[in-house]
Amino acid sequence: MQHFLTTESLTLDQLTAILDTAESFINADGSSVKKVPLLRGKTIVNLFFEASTRTRSTFELAAKRLSADILTMNIAASATVKGESLLDTLRNLEAMHVDMFVVRHQDSGAAEFLSQHISPGISVINAGDGRHAHPTQAMLDMFTIRRHKGAFDQLKVTIVGDLLHSRVARSQIHALRTLGAKEIRVVAPRTLMPTQLEGLGVDVYDSVESALSGTDVIITLRLQKERMQGALLPSEREYFQLFGLTSERVALAAKDAIVMHPGPINRGVEISSSVADGEQSVILQQVSYGIAVRMAVMSILAGQ
Amino acid sequence: MKIEILNAHICDPLNAIDRVDAIYLADTKILSIGEPPSGWQAEQSIDASGLYCIPGLVDIAARLGNSGQTQQKSISSETHAAVSAGITSLVCMPDSKPVIDSAAQLEYVQQHCHSSSHCHVYVIAALTTGLKGDMLSEMAALKQAGCVGVSNVMHPLANNLVLRRAMEYASGQGLTLHYQAMDSALQANGCINEGLAATRMGLIGIPNAAETAAVGVCLALIEHTGARVHFARLSTQRAVHMLELAHSEGLNVSADVAAHQLFLCDDDIPAFDPNFHLLPPLRSADDLAGLRQAINNPIFSAICSDHQPHCADAKLAPFASTQIGASSFETLLPLTLRLVEQGLLNLQQAIALVTYKPAQMLNIDAGSLTAGSSADLCLFDPKQEWTLQANTMRSRGKHSPFLGQRFKGKVKHTFVSGKLVYSES
Repeated sequence: MQHFLTTESLTLDQLTAILDTAESFINADGSSVKKVPLLRGKTIVNLFFEASTRTRSTFELAAKRLSADILTMNIAASATVKGESLLDTLRNLEAMHVDMFVVRHQDSGAAEFLSQHISPGISVINAGDGRHAHPTQAMLDMFTIRRHKGAFDQLKVTIVGDLLHSRVARSQIHALRTLGAKEIRVVAPRTLMPTQLEGLGVDVYDSVESALSGTDVIITLRLQKERMQGALLPSEREYFQLFGLTSERVALAAKDAIVMHPGPINRGVEISSSVADGEQSVILQQVSYGIAVRMAVMSILAGQ
Repeated sequence: MKIEILNAHICDPLNAIDRVDAIYLADTKILSIGEPPSGWQAEQSIDASGLYCIPGLVDIAARLGNSGQTQQKSISSETHAAVSAGITSLVCMPDSKPVIDSAAQLEYVQQHCHSSSHCHVYVIAALTTGLKGDMLSEMAALKQAGCVGVSNVMHPLANNLVLRRAMEYASGQGLTLHYQAMDSALQANGCINEGLAATRMGLIGIPNAAETAAVGVCLALIEHTGARVHFARLSTQRAVHMLELAHSEGLNVSADVAAHQLFLCDDDIPAFDPNFHLLPPLRSADDLAGLRQAINNPIFSAICSDHQPHCADAKLAPFASTQIGASSFETLLPLTLRLVEQGLLNLQQAIALVTYKPAQMLNIDAGSLTAGSSADLCLFDPKQEWTLQANTMRSRGKHSPFLGQRFKGKVKHTFVSGKLVYSES
């Protein structure tokens, strides 16, 4: 693998290799290992054109635990504002002899674009491009699911929320399909449901209750406040009433269902505090597994 | 100069000529087909055995400048690309920099074309000042200066009242409004058809309703104003049905379609390939099939290239941020011929859609081999196969959704006003 851009084209073997490698970086208690010298001497640049806290910092930690040198560039407020093109920014950084770029950008296809124009031998990891893909997030979600549920083939997974704008959901759907999940259900107000999503192999629901019934994994998506503009939704209150993940709704799922969220969470908007902090929530584990999974992706791309 | 072209298979749909014969040109005009004029002595004789001879193509939608700019250099290079593709008359859209919205600007473009163009260039002028959609352009002056129609191209009008008034004013001046139906609110910054491909790539989709809603409003206003409207670059089969119905009820409407819309759909777009960033977007497989089935309907007066040359930088960005359009002169004739090979049209019908029908719609002297008309001809080898490659494209723009594809039908010679302006070397 030269680049890691999307989960869509990856094979079962490739996905499994990432999960197995991540497993090797985890201690028995679930915390990630301290430091390994796998990427010593390598330089990784975090290229963030869009704000991020958790993704950026877990990439930094992952690189450091692999003994790589990592530099984080928040470009949102610098070069591109001055009119420099995305490609020029990349060329300038390339000249600094970088081995790997971790890219987040607001345009769908940005990581793919950079991978097509980058010098040979340099890898690109997609850390989120527009609404298209966020494959490392999806892989840490798969890792979390596998740790709790074991095999995928009997699993019913329900994704609740703003699928229209969600790169995370798209990457999760592709990964879940390839890993063989039995049923993938999606539910959202119709204004936040992408056209023909069923074409990706999911079952589309209007009722959150039906979508949650008997499910094994619940993934709630973040609802950004700006969605109230543009007539997508009437209010946060009505959204929470219709789609918010409450204890009552979680009770419709399987007894041992887990609750996931890619973060950052909006309490009282898409999820109640009692669920976010409840026994079935694995939200914080997702964050800590994020380090091991990103270590796995980086080390695989580096050929280690 | 007296030129005779011998043994060509002459196909002239307007005059229903479809046979191997000789054609005689003198100076800028076509003299006759068949028997030579009395006392004929050719100064140049071309043996065109195995070639078709058709009227030069009339392309009703083109841009000559890189990324919408009109520059003297690119007028020469782009019209050379046009004649190499058999196009002898083309219509420039007003969305160049600066916008062609005044008689002075139109005359400036005409002067440049006069000195450096390889073919006849006509202009559709801006409907509104600066294409901003709120103030009418000086259409009477533009018509006086020679524009062949008015359009706001893909730029939205402020509201339906502006559309109504623009229609009324244009029809009062005897100008056809070329209307690209797109409801800008429903377009909503979309860059690709709303469908599975958009969902998969996480790109904002443009629903079919953005086109059909605009067609519906425009039809209502045509009924009200009686204006002459040509619907440019249709992309949805529903819009075609709406126009067929309006036409059958007696409304004076016509339409065109870009050649690529008859062969590609959104499923064909390779992940984020900016060569496929087109507007209107490539629609669904159903729309593609619907457009292909409808292409012989009388509402269609043209298949056009929608040529939009861009420099390399214009497409060097993530999909949605790239410039819209592709270089399409060189694929217009072979794609039109492919419709014949695929059995959707016969040769006469297909050639009509790129010659006399668009010429009649524009009311220009072009598109036929009638004796006495301008000697604009295209001679092509119907059997020769070739591959579209960026490095051999003659347009300065090297972007096409058909790069790497095989085509059948190759232009060998092109005459404009009796002058051989292109011969394949």
